[in-house]
Amino acid sequence: MSTIPSELPVPARARSAARAPWLNERVQSILLGVAFPLVLVVLWHQLVVVSGTKLVPTPYQVGVMMWDFTFGGIHNDAFSGTIITHLLASMQRVYGGFFLAVAIGIPLGLMIGKVKVIRQMLDPTLSLLRPIPVTAWLPLSMIFFGLGPRSAIFLVFLGAFYPILLNTIFGVRSVDTKLFEAASMLGCDGSKLFRQVVLPAAMPSIFNGLRLAHGFAWILIVVGEMTGVPTGLGSVIMDGRTLSRTDLVITGMIVIGVAGFLTDRIIVAINNWVLRWSPQHHG
Amino acid sequence: MVDDPHKTRRQFLAIDDVSKTFDIGTDEVQALSHVNLTIDKGEFVCLIGASGCGKSTLLRIIAGFERPTSGEVSLYENAITAPGSDRGMVFQDYALFPWMTVRENIGFGPRQKKLAKKYVDEITAEYLNMVGLTKFADRFPHQLSGGMKQRVAIARVLANECELLLMDEPFGALDALTRESLQQELLDIWARTKVTVIFVTHSVEEAVLLSDRVVVMTAGPGRIEADVPITLARPREVSAIDFNQVRRDITQRLTSHVRAGAPRELKAVA
Ligand SMILES: Nc1ncnc2c1ncn2[C@@H]1O[C@H](COP(=O)(O)OP(=O)(O)O)[C@@H](O)[C@H]1O
Ligand SMILES: [Mg+2]
Repeated sequence: MSTIPSELPVPARARSAARAPWLNERVQSILLGVAFPLVLVVLWHQLVVVSGTKLVPTPYQVGVMMWDFTFGGIHNDAFSGTIITHLLASMQRVYGGFFLAVAIGIPLGLMIGKVKVIRQMLDPTLSLLRPIPVTAWLPLSMIFFGLGPRSAIFLVFLGAFYPILLNTIFGVRSVDTKLFEAASMLGCDGSKLFRQVVLPAAMPSIFNGLRLAHGFAWILIVVGEMTGVPTGLGSVIMDGRTLSRTDLVITGMIVIGVAGFLTDRIIVAINNWVLRWSPQHHG
Repeated sequence: MVDDPHKTRRQFLAIDDVSKTFDIGTDEVQALSHVNLTIDKGEFVCLIGASGCGKSTLLRIIAGFERPTSGEVSLYENAITAPGSDRGMVFQDYALFPWMTVRENIGFGPRQKKLAKKYVDEITAEYLNMVGLTKFADRFPHQLSGGMKQRVAIARVLANECELLLMDEPFGALDALTRESLQQELLDIWARTKVTVIFVTHSVEEAVLLSDRVVVMTAGPGRIEADVPITLARPREVSAIDFNQVRRDITQRLTSHVRAGAPRELKAVA
């Protein structure tokens, strides 16, 4: 069998083809991507100045607040230099809720997707609970878990749970049945099937769910931290509102935005590594 | 050829009066009707017939993916009721595990048997080499051409020590050149391993080139129309005169029933 196939696809991207145009493309994309928010910031500044409002700070004032929130030394109040405290508190709740949702949502989704009895048993209940907005759980959650971080974790969990569950179920349901047949003829069946075939085959869909859920988790943290916890970016925003300090509110928003964005990039990087066998699922 | 030397031995594969009816809603489709066929160990048998005559269904019943509505398929006189490692299917669309490399796909069967890693690696290396993919061992399926994927699929079931290779139009999606080289490789592998092959095709040329026997099936409902031994010496040459005689003969058997079967097919559609 020395006939090495004559049809060898070379999957290398045509990147080396022409260096200059590719670089130009890159530079253009960065320039445009930076230019647009800069224009927005300038517009923001102008609108505040022209209207003379005292309710909205200028971008510069927000910048000062951000500096003080990060390093302190300007306002020297309760918020100076506390970014790490609040960020860590929020991340603890975001990832507490998120990983709880992962730990329950993925196994449950695999079983609902693959085992008919479990699907018949749980599907109606889960479908009924699903349309209830997470925020509607707030009062009950405060009764169950009190006014503290556990309530926030629970809300984040609720928000992250359904995207993970539903995408896992969808992933399992849409596995090509031929793969199960192939596995069974090769001696893999029963519970071995879950780890070796069902889970990896559903992985693209599961990662879809993880990414969605992770986004929701960061969105919900503000709601979760409205329940009267003393720390966390959500509580900073709520304090800013109570104190009428819009610069603080916007600073909190920016930190959440940046943290959410950076952690999303991490998830995408993990996604691309885990799904390196399927380039069309790369983020 | 030799007079049935297997009479005293246990029958390898026996398809005994197999019928299969699919329920589709309130309606029924009879895919197979009273199919009888025996196949000896080491034989290369091609199933040929018009689309919809039940070739895939028969193969899937042998594989254990479907149960016959009546009748029985047995291997060494044991009834087939489920998929098993003694039978390996090669699908037209490969059905490789896309998240596994070529090496991992081929090693999948041996891994299920909980063999020591050393053996799994040995077996995998052997079959990688047999299908000429050693250099591509660490690629994922999406990085392979169709022909290479089908080589992996063949190696995957052989590495699992299957005795019966079930191939459902395996080369149907490949270009002509790739198909030719794969046909040749398959014949080499068959000669080397003495695995029994049931090969579904709708190319008469492919059937005559490859097989010891061509089983012609007809539709409405699916049954066996003819069972033609191919005694041409190997290696076969598609442009040879005797090759073409055999090819014409089988084409005739195919088309004669197509003409006779036309009203039945119309009825089935209506
Ligand atoms: N799972 C199924 N459900 C319903 N009908 C089926 C199923 N599989 C095959 N059939 C029907 O059985 C007949 C034979 O199909 P098949 O075995 O795929 O034929 P072939 O492989 O020869 O083209 C066709 O009429 C087809 O529509
Ligand atoms: Mg078919």
